[in-house]
Amino acid sequence: MKPDLVHGVTADQKKARIPIQGVNLLAIPALIFVLFFFIYPLIKVLFNSVLDPSFTLKHYVRFFSEPAYLQVLWITIKTGLLVTFICLVLGYPVAYMLASVPDRVRNLLLIFVLLPFWTSFLVRTYAWIVILQKEGILNKTLLALGIIEEPMKMVHNTFGVIIGLVHVLLPFMILPLYSVMKNIDMDLVKSAQSLGATPYKSFTKVFLPLSFPGIAAGSILVFIISIGYYVTPALLGGRKDTMISQLIAQQIGEQLNWGFGSAIALVLLVVVLGLLYLFNRYFGLEKISFGP
Amino acid sequence: MKINWNKILIYSFACLVLLFLILPTFIVIPISFSPSRFLEFPPPGFSLQWYKNFFSSDSWVNSFFFSLKVGFVTMISATILGTLASITLARSNSKWNSMLYYIMVTPMIVPLIIIAVAIYSLFIRTNLQGSFIGLVIAHTIIAIPYVITTVVGSLRGFDIRIEQAAISLGAHPFIAFMRVTVPIISPALISGALFAFIASFDELIVSIFVSGVFAKTLPVKMWEGIRLEIDPTIAAIASILITISVALFAAIELLKFISNRKGLS
Repeated sequence: MKPDLVHGVTADQKKARIPIQGVNLLAIPALIFVLFFFIYPLIKVLFNSVLDPSFTLKHYVRFFSEPAYLQVLWITIKTGLLVTFICLVLGYPVAYMLASVPDRVRNLLLIFVLLPFWTSFLVRTYAWIVILQKEGILNKTLLALGIIEEPMKMVHNTFGVIIGLVHVLLPFMILPLYSVMKNIDMDLVKSAQSLGATPYKSFTKVFLPLSFPGIAAGSILVFIISIGYYVTPALLGGRKDTMISQLIAQQIGEQLNWGFGSAIALVLLVVVLGLLYLFNRYFGLEKISFGP
Repeated sequence: MKINWNKILIYSFACLVLLFLILPTFIVIPISFSPSRFLEFPPPGFSLQWYKNFFSSDSWVNSFFFSLKVGFVTMISATILGTLASITLARSNSKWNSMLYYIMVTPMIVPLIIIAVAIYSLFIRTNLQGSFIGLVIAHTIIAIPYVITTVVGSLRGFDIRIEQAAISLGAHPFIAFMRVTVPIISPALISGALFAFIASFDELIVSIFVSGVFAKTLPVKMWEGIRLEIDPTIAAIASILITISVALFAAIELLKFISNRKGLS
């Protein structure tokens, strides 16, 4: 049994450890730090959204009644779903390959997934501007190959946002999928085939259902991150691609409209925490870890 | 042997996806050596002018060193706070443990724009807005989860009886921890610290809100630069950042390798 990071340890480990006195005190500095500099201001934001200066729900009413803001909400959700779907389609075969190749090859291939984590997302977004712009590599290649007649507009529009987000978030899909797939007993698939199932059938009836936890974990993770993303839509998107985090930044950073900005932030936070609750319930939050 | 065409098809598709993941970023490196003012590919020649541009501009170089400084101090504070919390998380039997874990790792999961707004709202009411220490505090919040998720796992894998043996032989618990436990979990501590550094060094959104007019981190300067014009100087800076990230990534992989050989992870 593997020790569970959140819900304690295995019985063996429990027996083996004699608690050292005062071990709980060691968390206090970090706890105070996070409570004071993060949780407390977060709660202040919550109050900001309903106090103007006395209790009111007008900011929430405004957000959910004006078409312009509903449009932003809709674009955010649509983008998130589309990005999640594309990541799943691209990531599933990669995870499958990672789970089914020998250890040594896998470690090499994992570098392709993990290295992008380490490269600044600002740099990666910049690289996409360079590639997708009118005079960029992609347009030039397509022109040279005769696929298109004149340069296409591929950046500062929805296409740019989607491709940028997919590139940034793909590892978040691949890693949970891979960690589920590597524990699938391939003998089950083989025995289905030996009993007469076609490769297609043994995949859809055996392997695919067993990989569902990975699909769900990866999809929730990618969706959560994409609906809160700021940089990529801001740099690669056009005016019509404003997403919810840009709206928050505008309202608070530029217009100093604290009440309204806080209300939108709270809507986003509630959605994210709701999805995280489901995620934790079914898969455990400790799945989200990038350490060794 | 029968050729499994399905598998070949899946693997080829997967390899294309892997190339899609890794290649686009590196396109900026050849462009950073281009003599052209436009972001042409392939570059029409070779030139170091954009690197010269970067290193001769005070504001770029200052923000680079400012980012290094913030990253370094963040790394130290996040590693100390995160490691102390990790000891509790790994060893305490308290029922508050999972609550504590959630509180400590939320900054990794909550959208950064929300963290930015929360911290900004606190900082403008105090004197922390636009200050060095303010940036360090904001980045430490973001970096602590990376330290915790890395170090807790290693502390759990560590056989506590070794430390207990040292204590039963008369070592003070603190000395036993520093001289027995720390060396053994050092690969995780170092990678946690490097994670913390890179989390701070690359952080943009919170920095946009918290940075002052004069002291801007490198990502904030780049962000402003990219929005104004796509000057190849940014390609040179991006290439430098890629080099730093790849070096740190290689260091982490090496540490993973070492800790696997020690039988820790």
